[in-house]
Amino acid sequence: MPRKMKFGIVVFPGSNCDHDVYDVLTRIMGQEAVYLWHKQHDINSCDAVVLPGGFSYGDYLRTGAIARFSPIMEELVDYAEKGGKLLGICNGFQILLEIGLLPGAMLKNQSLHFICKFVNVRVENADTYFTSICQTGDVLKIPIAHNEGNYYIDLEGLKALEANHQVVLRYASPEGKVNPSTNPNGSLNNIAGIINKRGNVMGLMPHPERASEALLGSEDGKKIFQSMIRSMAQ
Amino acid sequence: MIRAKVYVYLKRDILDPQGKAVKHILGNMGFTHIQNVRVGKYTVLTFDDSVSEEEAASQTEEICKKILANPVIEDYHFELEII
Repeated sequence: MPRKMKFGIVVFPGSNCDHDVYDVLTRIMGQEAVYLWHKQHDINSCDAVVLPGGFSYGDYLRTGAIARFSPIMEELVDYAEKGGKLLGICNGFQILLEIGLLPGAMLKNQSLHFICKFVNVRVENADTYFTSICQTGDVLKIPIAHNEGNYYIDLEGLKALEANHQVVLRYASPEGKVNPSTNPNGSLNNIAGIINKRGNVMGLMPHPERASEALLGSEDGKKIFQSMIRSMAQ
Repeated sequence: MIRAKVYVYLKRDILDPQGKAVKHILGNMGFTHIQNVRVGKYTVLTFDDSVSEEEAASQTEEICKKILANPVIEDYHFELEII
């Protein structure tokens, strides 16, 4: 039997998807998971670290702006620089942007509404650690739940992201068509998830942990975690 | 004592959905000659007596750059006053 992978789940005051991620990784995926309180400094024993969704520090100032200065973040930057695998979901993605591990920033949704619904995202790059069991062009049905998911980056940065295939997920129709009508929040180029140049840090706005059981309406989110587990085993 | 009044707002070329919503409602209220509305944030930092005006300026600059503004999407400026 392959060794169980050990996932660290960072917990800030205001995180609220930490238990969902824990449940999916342990009960459904059969892996080991530990909570990492934001003041804790022992992440190095983890095979991968997840920054879960929520409203860290009440989203004060800007989403992720205060969490970014939390004690564990320095360790996380160090972990990522050493090649450690980091997945940021929703608020976790926003924190990765604020600390600069991923490029760009989040603006308020164009509609100014908090949007909580299932969306479809097309896999743009299946040659990553986080999407390795998918095929490029696959469409995943995963819910979003955010107020600030309107991805922005300057033109030069956007060109670089596209040229380097760093856009991993794009909001699409169920058939995989990408156009303004399939863009829920105003994100540039329908961007829903990106990866850093090195390929070890990914952020996405959709919540894969909320789509990992048929009972919840979709199991497509599992593919992100399965990809990580498979990539780690290799 | 020095007080810094810090203004943080979206860069000019970035769409401000909040500003747009406020402009729309102002139109409904009869204020039809508003060309544009931008919504920003206002923060007041009050330093203690040990900080000179020069130090307050450089610290405020650093605070703006590091946390109050996100340079990817926001600009800022501040004013100092002696209180």
